[in-house]
Amino acid sequence: MSEAYFRVESGALGPEENFLSLDDILMSHEKLPVRTEIPMPRLGTFFLDRSGGAETDNAIPQGSKLELPLWLAKGLFDNKRRILSVELPKIYQEGWRTVFSADANVVDLHKMGPHFYGFGSQLLHFDSPENTDISQSLLQTFVGRFRRIMDSSQNAYNEDTSALVARLDEMERGLFQTGQKGLNDFQCWEKGQASQITASNLVQNYTKRKFTDMED
Amino acid sequence: MFCERAMELVRELHRVDQGRLPAFNEDGLRQVLEEMKALYEQNQSDVNEAKSGGRSDLIPTIKFRHCSLLRNQRCTVAYLYDRLLRIRALRWECGSVLPSALRFHMSAEEMEWFNHYKKSLATYMRSLGGDEGLDITQDMKPPKSLYIEVRCLKDYGEFEVDDGTSVLLKKNSQHFLPRWKCEQLIRQGILEHVLS
Repeated sequence: MSEAYFRVESGALGPEENFLSLDDILMSHEKLPVRTEIPMPRLGTFFLDRSGGAETDNAIPQGSKLELPLWLAKGLFDNKRRILSVELPKIYQEGWRTVFSADANVVDLHKMGPHFYGFGSQLLHFDSPENTDISQSLLQTFVGRFRRIMDSSQNAYNEDTSALVARLDEMERGLFQTGQKGLNDFQCWEKGQASQITASNLVQNYTKRKFTDMED
Repeated sequence: MFCERAMELVRELHRVDQGRLPAFNEDGLRQVLEEMKALYEQNQSDVNEAKSGGRSDLIPTIKFRHCSLLRNQRCTVAYLYDRLLRIRALRWECGSVLPSALRFHMSAEEMEWFNHYKKSLATYMRSLGGDEGLDITQDMKPPKSLYIEVRCLKDYGEFEVDDGTSVLLKKNSQHFLPRWKCEQLIRQGILEHVLS
């Protein structure tokens, strides 16, 4: 990884996403179930099986149940629910919340939509009556899983870690990676290599390809 | 759904090993801008119809398209900005002369930005440390000694040292050289820093 590249970090765990964060853009692309509260003319082409046809000006009918990306749901939502109302995805509902409280460690959070914490935090914008329970659940799930993530990231040195990160969501993977970096930096220092000047990763990658470019 | 092309741009950057710069996706960007133009024009026309034709039922549709416009804008700005962050990193990692392979990955505007950044950095460095200035892109790791042992990884040729003598950098030759002269070459992979 380049040492001089500092990407814009995710803000999804806080009140607002970071506009320029690629991670947040990917997170907000995930979908959630919504219900239209009013017909939406001329957009029927996106949901052909539900479209009202030409007489309704090709509208998405009122009361349609759709899956929309988070960014769109956020944009169309208001507290009077004039355009749409939002349903909670299953993993943030009571059933799954109970599973998490029983044992947070067994769940594959990567499969449950890889941005479990970020997406869940941004869901709170939709003023669901379950918001308090959802935020509690997000927090307690993380608390339950954190110890294992910390332990494994601090003890897996020079190993294949794919089994350890397979069931972690994106935020947890980032945390794991940070832990690994700390471990590797410490080991490097212990070996006395901390002051060794090393070749830049970027340069190595580009000089390898130099010959093929010259042949063009 | 709108904004699929814009998402592809974002994914393209996210997928690349962090820090590396993929080729500038001029085509992709153009397609996103075209979609934005189409959305804007459809909205213009629907707004007029809503106002003069009494079609207030078009308002949610207008809002839908507007959200898509904002989303496209966000994706393109984030794409361009993240590329600049990578290009900036290149100055610190590769030095002021970029490998030729990389130059083809940048748009003309990005090349211009890189040159401006280089210049700003150089001006700043000259303003430090009295008359000579201070090269802050050196000594990225705390130095332990003035001279270091290096091994040559590739044939490089003659290399002049400060007191006028020159050294022949041939593959596998080892030398004891001043740290400040070698740092760039080590970072470029021509020399290897040997620890005793």
